[in-house]
Amino acid sequence: MDQFAVKVFVRLRPSVLDPAGEATKSASIKLGAEGIKSLRIGKMIEVKIEGNGENEVREKIDLLCDRLFANTVIEDYEYSLEKL
Amino acid sequence: MDNFTVGVVVFPGSNCDRDVSWALEGCLDIRTKYLWHESSDLSDVDAIVLPGGFSYGDYLRCGAIARFSPLINALDDFVKSGRRVLGICNGFQILTESGFLPGALTANKNLNFICDDVELNIVSAKGGWFNDGGKKQTIKLPIAHGEGRYHCDSDTLKKLVDNELITLRYKNNPNGSSFDIAGITNEKGNVLGLMPHPERACDETIGGTDGLFTLKSLILK
Repeated sequence: MDQFAVKVFVRLRPSVLDPAGEATKSASIKLGAEGIKSLRIGKMIEVKIEGNGENEVREKIDLLCDRLFANTVIEDYEYSLEKL
Repeated sequence: MDNFTVGVVVFPGSNCDRDVSWALEGCLDIRTKYLWHESSDLSDVDAIVLPGGFSYGDYLRCGAIARFSPLINALDDFVKSGRRVLGICNGFQILTESGFLPGALTANKNLNFICDDVELNIVSAKGGWFNDGGKKQTIKLPIAHGEGRYHCDSDTLKKLVDNELITLRYKNNPNGSSFDIAGITNEKGNVLGLMPHPERACDETIGGTDGLFTLKSLILK
């Protein structure tokens, strides 16, 4: 069995308003940061997972992302995978 | 009211389960039974309410974890049998997460947790959940949510409108919901999800009785 470290990024779809991102953008500007054009908040999920090769692990992660980690009505996801 | 029994689902973190039970039993004389989320035997209930609260702490997303409970797995056959399911607030979130209703509920536009009475227009009587007999086209119900902003894509919205699946719309949209949506049904009409709390509007002494009609309609076949 191979072990992989997976980082999943879940983001609100561009068409979905992100009020938390807007509030954080506003605070960033108050802090004095200049030039911020957009700020959106997502989630990062770290998973360590075993499987027989990368393809099998990708299948498992795809299922997890599609059914649990992200709500694809409002969120997109992508992930990176590193063999340990 | 005969032996008609409404199952009130209890998740870890549900907090409106007793309110729903009180409203059904105390105000409407309808028998209730609490259903623990790990139960998958729905054979002795005739309708189900998914109450408000914070199932599983609303970790990940509201309703995202509750969706995988044995009870929600068993709900598919229950819904297909035509029996009625009412999802209130967190219950609505669970119904969208589990795909019984389209769309999703996400953070209120102003980021506030909003606890208030709101006026709502009844725009469809699909499923008989609301009285559109001409007597009352507008009702007042309490809301209490931080993540009640209904969102769906434009194709879904068109389908909701064309099929008259939108039952309730906010008169003064408090949370940024698409198309002012406060409640929708499935195509068959036997599943209703809404953010407002009808169980908190069942007695004049607590501010109104506009929620009675919806709870009473659980007994419709």
